[in-house]
Amino acid sequence: MALLEIRNVTRRFGDFTAVDNVSISIEAGEFFTLLGPSGCGKTTLLRMIAGFDLPDAGQILLDGKDMVGTPPEKRPIHTVFQSYALFPHMTVADNIAFPLKMAGTTPDEIKSRVREALDDVRLSNFGNRFPQELSGGQKQRVAFARGLVNRPRLLLLDEPLGALDAKLREEMQIELINLQKERGVTFVFITHAQNEALALSHRIAVMNQGKVEQLDEPSRIYGFPKNRFVADFIGKISIMNAQVLEAAPSHLTLSVAELGEVTAPSKEGIKVGDAGVLAIRPEQVRISHHAEEVELKNHFIGKVRGFLYVGDVTTYIVELPNGARIEALLPNSAPGRAKFFEAGDPVAVSWRHDAGTFLND
Amino acid sequence: MIKGNTKANRTAKWLVSGPPLLFLLVFFVAPSLIMLFTSLRFPGEFGGLAPIAAPAEAVHGEYGLTLETYQFFFSDILYAEIFLKSFAVAAASTLICLIMAYPLALLIARSEKRFRNLMVLLVVLPFASNFLIRIYAWMIILGPESVFSHFINALLGAFGIAPVTLLFSPFAVLVGMVYVHLPFMVLPLYTNLEKHDPALLDAAQDLGANAWQRFWRVTWPLSLPGVFSGAALVFIPVLGMFAVPDILGGTGDILIGNLIKDQFLGTRDWPFGSTLSIMLTLAVLAITALAAWFARPAAIPER
Repeated sequence: MALLEIRNVTRRFGDFTAVDNVSISIEAGEFFTLLGPSGCGKTTLLRMIAGFDLPDAGQILLDGKDMVGTPPEKRPIHTVFQSYALFPHMTVADNIAFPLKMAGTTPDEIKSRVREALDDVRLSNFGNRFPQELSGGQKQRVAFARGLVNRPRLLLLDEPLGALDAKLREEMQIELINLQKERGVTFVFITHAQNEALALSHRIAVMNQGKVEQLDEPSRIYGFPKNRFVADFIGKISIMNAQVLEAAPSHLTLSVAELGEVTAPSKEGIKVGDAGVLAIRPEQVRISHHAEEVELKNHFIGKVRGFLYVGDVTTYIVELPNGARIEALLPNSAPGRAKFFEAGDPVAVSWRHDAGTFLND
Repeated sequence: MIKGNTKANRTAKWLVSGPPLLFLLVFFVAPSLIMLFTSLRFPGEFGGLAPIAAPAEAVHGEYGLTLETYQFFFSDILYAEIFLKSFAVAAASTLICLIMAYPLALLIARSEKRFRNLMVLLVVLPFASNFLIRIYAWMIILGPESVFSHFINALLGAFGIAPVTLLFSPFAVLVGMVYVHLPFMVLPLYTNLEKHDPALLDAAQDLGANAWQRFWRVTWPLSLPGVFSGAALVFIPVLGMFAVPDILGGTGDILIGNLIKDQFLGTRDWPFGSTLSIMLTLAVLAITALAAWFARPAAIPER
């Protein structure tokens, strides 16, 4: 039995449907992420799991038990809030002791559990400080410690890394993975940052307009996006209009307007004549100087229109004869080299027959 | 903006803080010193003050400076009793104001933003009509023939208790004090409660706190600065108030304020009136210092 089962949950606010018939089941010990742009319903869903809001339809079951009549304070579910929500009038130790006190734990037990929790987040000497005396990262760790100290069945994390700078964010991501592994607590993590979701999660539910667009492992979400929204939302991707010419079990042959034939991996449910888009990731596109027409599959001539240097890699934007733009990514492996091509250079782009995805919705 | 101790900066500082500083020097420090000096002098034969040096034609009377009024103050237990009673009335008024104002302030702070200003306006609306008129209105409300009095006595009668007179009693004084000072408690409480981060209450509830625990462990301790400033704004004025006991109190309901007023306007014993004022000021300072010590910011760090 799944630890948490969200069954056909719908939540409306007036005419607006924030969560639309969502079903998700989360296993014990999982690091599960709800990913989506702001307003996609992920926060509403989280508030319903925590008990601050109730579904208009559907059920939320924890260990098979419907939680509808259980208020937030009675649910064995704790939340790490986006703003941390540490109590400013309590020391770090008192903040962490709070859930234990509420649960009626004995003072001796509270003392040892708080010390243990402080050690776990490497803040052993910070027990007597007040939250406002801590840095952002330290506050964050106190919030984790406070959420975990009473060993909840489920820890909800509402964009907890949103307020941190990029460097600290990466450190905290690693810390979060370790914390989750050590404690074995099930995490439900909310974020709009796709790289964070890919780095942390066992499974991701990509949400849009109140619906789950795709629920899968990170590598499958990235590599095999189910539809245009997921492809667009996760990572960079180039998109070209295409139509299916041949649907073989091994591959698809697509016709791209004014460009020719393209081979793409086969996909279930695609028939000849289907219209859609070919989506391809920049790192799968090879770019070279050989600017002559060759009769190779997925090989086209184009012109460099611009590039984006970000240090480790440079992304080149190549315009194809049909006017479509495709991005190609090249690592700057040669020392001191910022780019290999100039704007205006004639180049060839190509990709493997098993790269790219045909999306018909 | 240019920071630092430039000449222009210093001039600007004095220009801004100078006028109020001067105002306080002239109208607070100077009168206080005059009062202190007055308390050390002898009363004049027909009220007011006796001259410091004996005039040539003087036959009797006392001149110069003396501590006699202070001796007098400490020699009669009556004054200590009136002081104690005044403090008791002030403390009771403060407590009742707090109990009545807290839920109201909480209600305003947690209502929708667009209604808050209107509600605050309603709280201060009584100030729009004259203070004395409002107190005289209570005279009618608490009078023996008022609907309110009849209702209270009917209620008491139902329990077999003899009818009571509401007006000219300590009860009437307390009602008047609470009525006049309630807004002074509501406003600082509201200002404080309005700033509370609602996420803290969500966090407390999420971590297992029920409604009472959320109030007692989060809202109340965070509101203490507001409680203390509200208490000071009620307690200190009540202590010196003479109009309310004058109008609503009976002959036995004299408080320090009345005593001081009588010394200046009735008995015309200026030195003793000044002594009473000085003693009151000292007592208020002592209590404020004590309250400030209990509410010192180390215990409640500002966010």
